Amino acid sequence: MGQTLTKTLRPKIKEIQVSLYLLRRNKLTKVALYGVIVLLLIAIITPILLPAEIHINQDVNPAEKLMSPSLTHPFGTDELGRDIFKRILLGSTISLRTALIAVGMALLIGIPLGALAGYFGGVLDEIIMRLTDIFLGFPPLLLAIAIASFLGPNLNNAVLAIALSWWPWYARIVRGQAVSLKERQFVKAAKAIGTPPLKIVSSHIIPNCVGPIIVQASMDIGGVILTIASLSFLGLGAQAPTPEWGLMVSTSRNYFLNAWWYSIFPGLAIFFTVLAFNLLGDGLREILDPRTRKN
Amino acid sequence: MKNYIIKRVLLGILVLLGVTVITFFLSRIIPSNPAAQWVGPRATQEQIDQATVELGLDQSIMVQFQTYLKDLLQGDFGNSLRTKQPVTEELKAYIPPTVELVLISTILAIVIGIPLGLNSAKKKDQALDHFCRFFSVGAVSLPTFWVALFLQLIFFRGLGWLPLGGQLDTKIKIMYEIPNITGLLLTDSLLTGNMTIFFDALKHIILPAITIALYPIGLVARMTRGAMLEILSEDYIKAARSYGLKERLVLWKYALKNSLGTTVTVLALSIGYTLVNTFLVEAIFSWPGIGSYIATSVMALDYPAIMGVTIFSAFSYIFLNMIADIIIAIDPRVRV
Repeated sequence: MGQTLTKTLRPKIKEIQVSLYLLRRNKLTKVALYGVIVLLLIAIITPILLPAEIHINQDVNPAEKLMSPSLTHPFGTDELGRDIFKRILLGSTISLRTALIAVGMALLIGIPLGALAGYFGGVLDEIIMRLTDIFLGFPPLLLAIAIASFLGPNLNNAVLAIALSWWPWYARIVRGQAVSLKERQFVKAAKAIGTPPLKIVSSHIIPNCVGPIIVQASMDIGGVILTIASLSFLGLGAQAPTPEWGLMVSTSRNYFLNAWWYSIFPGLAIFFTVLAFNLLGDGLREILDPRTRKN
Repeated sequence: MKNYIIKRVLLGILVLLGVTVITFFLSRIIPSNPAAQWVGPRATQEQIDQATVELGLDQSIMVQFQTYLKDLLQGDFGNSLRTKQPVTEELKAYIPPTVELVLISTILAIVIGIPLGLNSAKKKDQALDHFCRFFSVGAVSLPTFWVALFLQLIFFRGLGWLPLGGQLDTKIKIMYEIPNITGLLLTDSLLTGNMTIFFDALKHIILPAITIALYPIGLVARMTRGAMLEILSEDYIKAARSYGLKERLVLWKYALKNSLGTTVTVLALSIGYTLVNTFLVEAIFSWPGIGSYIATSVMALDYPAIMGVTIFSAFSYIFLNMIADIIIAIDPRVRV
């Protein structure tokens, strides 16, 4: 028993070791990983140290409006005299939380539909896949813009809009996995002992798709953060006085020619966050992809 | 092959229909009352009721959908709630400036993106590759709307080299008759030989075009690099190299040709991205295109206008993707 366990485990351990080795060797990916960890920490700690309600209610100070960066206000102040640095920190929580929820919702729609399509095939597969074709027929971002504007402009609707326009990607990946999984021995065995089809999908197909889908989802976080910021910039996401980065850049449009810091810093926050996630995703793809992986 | 093309066209038509259905039913979950919007804030209940009948909003949703579809087939998108003008006419005025911007940005994406990706793959894991990888990931991570403001700060506020926005200088607009042959200002001014207008239009298009092109440049470079890496590890490339063919020939002729599929797909995708990027930056540059149009319509909850832009953009995107798929299918290796 012990021997067979090590036998089956050994290649997997070896694989993980190789991945870790490649990660160590790939400096850019390592830096991105640290960046993402720091961002997550900031997003978790800020609301504890700096409750958003207190900030929104008490930080307005017209006497200090549109002040350039200084020691007391490292990123300057906005048109209401609020500290931009503080608002950017608060914004990190909003961006990361909404992005995670949006991706999570897209997974909740995409995984079951993809698994059903792949496992059952036939008419159901045809219907679900043509539905993904239709959703992907919209240019990127456009469907999210349309849904968000029809649902009414607020952050929750923007998150819903992103989930509704993102799920087809996950459905397609899961379907591909499911099609190959259903030919595997353990699925055939489950079928032979009379496990109901839906039970096979939920306890054999879906759990075995989770790996690749998690990798894909983590790669998408950057893009989703950017989409949320874009929707907010268009006025379709977060509304004032929420310290959302895209909204801050949008508001800054009225002042930026004389107050460069107002647009520059929130934009840089978006850029570095999305960059960290994208670099990490890009590196992970390279490390995990067997085609580019060479020992 | 013929079968594939027929199937692909049928799928295209299905997707077009699906996109129309989704857009229409989405627009009907709108919480506001379009009839009240149509008659204005000070209307009486009677006027609102009358408008409800006039706009056909009293009919069942299926009847409304049939009417919309019938009008759409005749190229009628209905009337804008904000301006009361036919959306089709407004689109006709706003589409050419956007097409001009998308064309220039796509050309930039191809001319810069493909060589960047190719050289990056050639020198994998060297300084250039690291730079290109960083650049391409960086470009897709930049918030486009922020880049627009950033460039305005530098080139208008800081250096004063380029105008803040618009398609032409106001003075030039008054002094000259604006040519209108194709609707594309750069082409039209060249055709009529009016160089004053041409150079002024060029000066105005630089900032928005660069802003919009950054994302597709990164995307094209990234996808070209990926495709080339796979191709360059194939045996026929090794064979070509061992025959002593010039490296340039191997790369640009044998390898790049085989990445045709990626190049064509990336082109369709790239146009899709530039089109949507215009929605984010046209308003910043006061560019009179559909991007500005949809940004204003979204704020006014002008649903016929939003639907018009959505359906127009989706249709062009679906059409481009269909063409791309068919071109790839003509590739002898894909023929089944």
